[in-house]
Amino acid sequence: MNKLELSSLYQLTMARFRLLSREPEAIFWIFIFPILLAAGLGIAFRNRPADVLPVGATTPQLMQAMAADPGLKATQLDEAAGGAALRTGAILLLAVEIPNGVAYKYDDTNPDARTARMIADRAIQAAAGQRDAVHAENQLIHETGSRYIDFVVPGLLGMNLMGSAIWGLGFAIVEARQKKLLKRMVASPMPRWQYLASFLLSRLVMLVLEVGAFLGFAGLVFGVPFRGSLWQLAILCVLTSMAFSALGLLISSRAKTMEAASGLMNLVMLPMWILSGVFFSASRFPAVIQPFVRALPLTAANEALRANMLQGVGLNHLLTPVAILLAWLVVPFAVALRIFRWR
Amino acid sequence: MTDRSGELNSVSQASSPLRIRGLRKAFADVQAVDGLDLEVLRGECFGLLGPNGAGKTTTIEICEGLTAADEGTVELLGLNWSTGADELRQRIGIQLQETQFPDKLTVEETLKLFRSFYRRGISMEESIRTAQLEEKRKARVGGLSGGQKQRLAMATALVGDPELLFLDEPTTGLDPQARRHLWDLVDELKQAGRTIILTTHYMEEAERLCDRVAIMDHGRVIALGTPQQLIATVGGEDIVEFAVTHSAPGSSEQVRGVVDAARLTAIAGVQSHRVDAGLHQLSVSELHTTVPRIFAALAAEGLHMSEFRTHSATLEDVFVRLTGRNLRDE
Repeated sequence: MNKLELSSLYQLTMARFRLLSREPEAIFWIFIFPILLAAGLGIAFRNRPADVLPVGATTPQLMQAMAADPGLKATQLDEAAGGAALRTGAILLLAVEIPNGVAYKYDDTNPDARTARMIADRAIQAAAGQRDAVHAENQLIHETGSRYIDFVVPGLLGMNLMGSAIWGLGFAIVEARQKKLLKRMVASPMPRWQYLASFLLSRLVMLVLEVGAFLGFAGLVFGVPFRGSLWQLAILCVLTSMAFSALGLLISSRAKTMEAASGLMNLVMLPMWILSGVFFSASRFPAVIQPFVRALPLTAANEALRANMLQGVGLNHLLTPVAILLAWLVVPFAVALRIFRWR
Repeated sequence: MTDRSGELNSVSQASSPLRIRGLRKAFADVQAVDGLDLEVLRGECFGLLGPNGAGKTTTIEICEGLTAADEGTVELLGLNWSTGADELRQRIGIQLQETQFPDKLTVEETLKLFRSFYRRGISMEESIRTAQLEEKRKARVGGLSGGQKQRLAMATALVGDPELLFLDEPTTGLDPQARRHLWDLVDELKQAGRTIILTTHYMEEAERLCDRVAIMDHGRVIALGTPQQLIATVGGEDIVEFAVTHSAPGSSEQVRGVVDAARLTAIAGVQSHRVDAGLHQLSVSELHTTVPRIFAALAAEGLHMSEFRTHSATLEDVFVRLTGRNLRDE
């Protein structure tokens, strides 16, 4: 064996790689799944010519009035059939003739239905002779960076960094503890810090591969912009991954069974999947819980990643999210080292 | 057996690789180790024999630095765990009960990993050879048999070329052939002059492998000595084992016979009787005169012996004599 092969840190890190690369499921969740998710979302939310909204009308006159607008697809239905179509989502709005005019049946909590209401009313009023008071024309803009796919890619990146760090560390450590391997390792002269460091080192290398694959796909296929400095983006990815690794270490520091660890991981990650602005902006949540939402590591990570990629903001203007991530790196790591159960 | 002072004095301080004094350890309300004194000599294979729950594993894990004692001192190779832990881990080899090495690493990879923890030691090649895993070197751990896994565990304990080797129930759960294979391996290590401390609840394993044995029960040593010395305390007796059948009337079929225990123990020279899985076991003195009397007594009952053997008393018999229980009953 050469000198490198006699280094325990090298051997521990290589063992991590070997175990990970021999686990097909891990490869799927780390590399394939985020790309599939991005592809799915990219296709579902691709910029189409504005949606044609399905609506219904109870009379031929109303139907024709609405069909005159290219934004609506109108069908004639009696009230009972129209009610059923509304409930199943086959139409968004039903225009019903009433003695003194028209009544619109729709769900005002559905944004599409509200849009349908406005277009339908405009079409029916125009058919009845209403004219615009002010001349208006549309100039359409489809700018890269403002599409949904542009918004969601940094969010998915943050989510993926969280998942691979927490799952990668958590399951491996708890499995080693459950199988008494951890106990066997600490009975040997292995330096304990190297065991934990090997996870972080292997994580860093995997990070290059998984982030490269994911962002490469998003850039090539969807033309997602990279407006900020790439090395600053790399720093943000490393910082995010290390912060979640520390959290993963903390989660797995005591758990004795995979079931317990799995429950804890879900408990930690689920709120962030929802609150931290992966799929929609975190600012949508009420002001009362905003301080909590802002303090979550995934919120900070997503905010910083979006600012870098979409707006080209430099790290010097991202001190708040970076500070939050650093705090999430240092505190859980320190606590985990104190309470870690080696057997 | 309680007076071991003469034996202790004959041991020079420096040559004793393991010395335990007044060791106590309790878990919740169970006193796992209850005042244990032991001294292991250089180059010997020392066995801790006892039923499950006797405190063997707790004792050995305290010696390995994995568990802290409540009371007492443990000195290994002239060092102790509070001041010499790093040094000690380099110099001892450990095989724990129920360690599962990662299924997806190969034998070679696992051994390279463990070898890298030690400053000095034998080569990975040599550990593979010693554990006789040459054919499995490229195989993943998950595909090994129980015996091969146990030999791999042994190899990971040997890569650091330890001065003191701890084996905790090395053959538990193995089939007889794999067990014998592992015994041969321990024999070789003994020949090579290593000091070995092993726990077991198989008395035949202790008799076969150990130079000296401490029989443990309820966290204490209840007997200590060479297997021969311990067996001699039973009184130099022999054990007679037999099974009986009788021919059912009107049939050639042999059915298991029933013997009245009182009738057997009434035979002159029979000390005690017990039945284990249909096999009658008598401890007897004066084997040559007692056996004919046993034959005669059974013949008078119309019973045939379907099996008959005698053997010298074993450590099992020592344990039964000391505790009134079987080792395996626990």
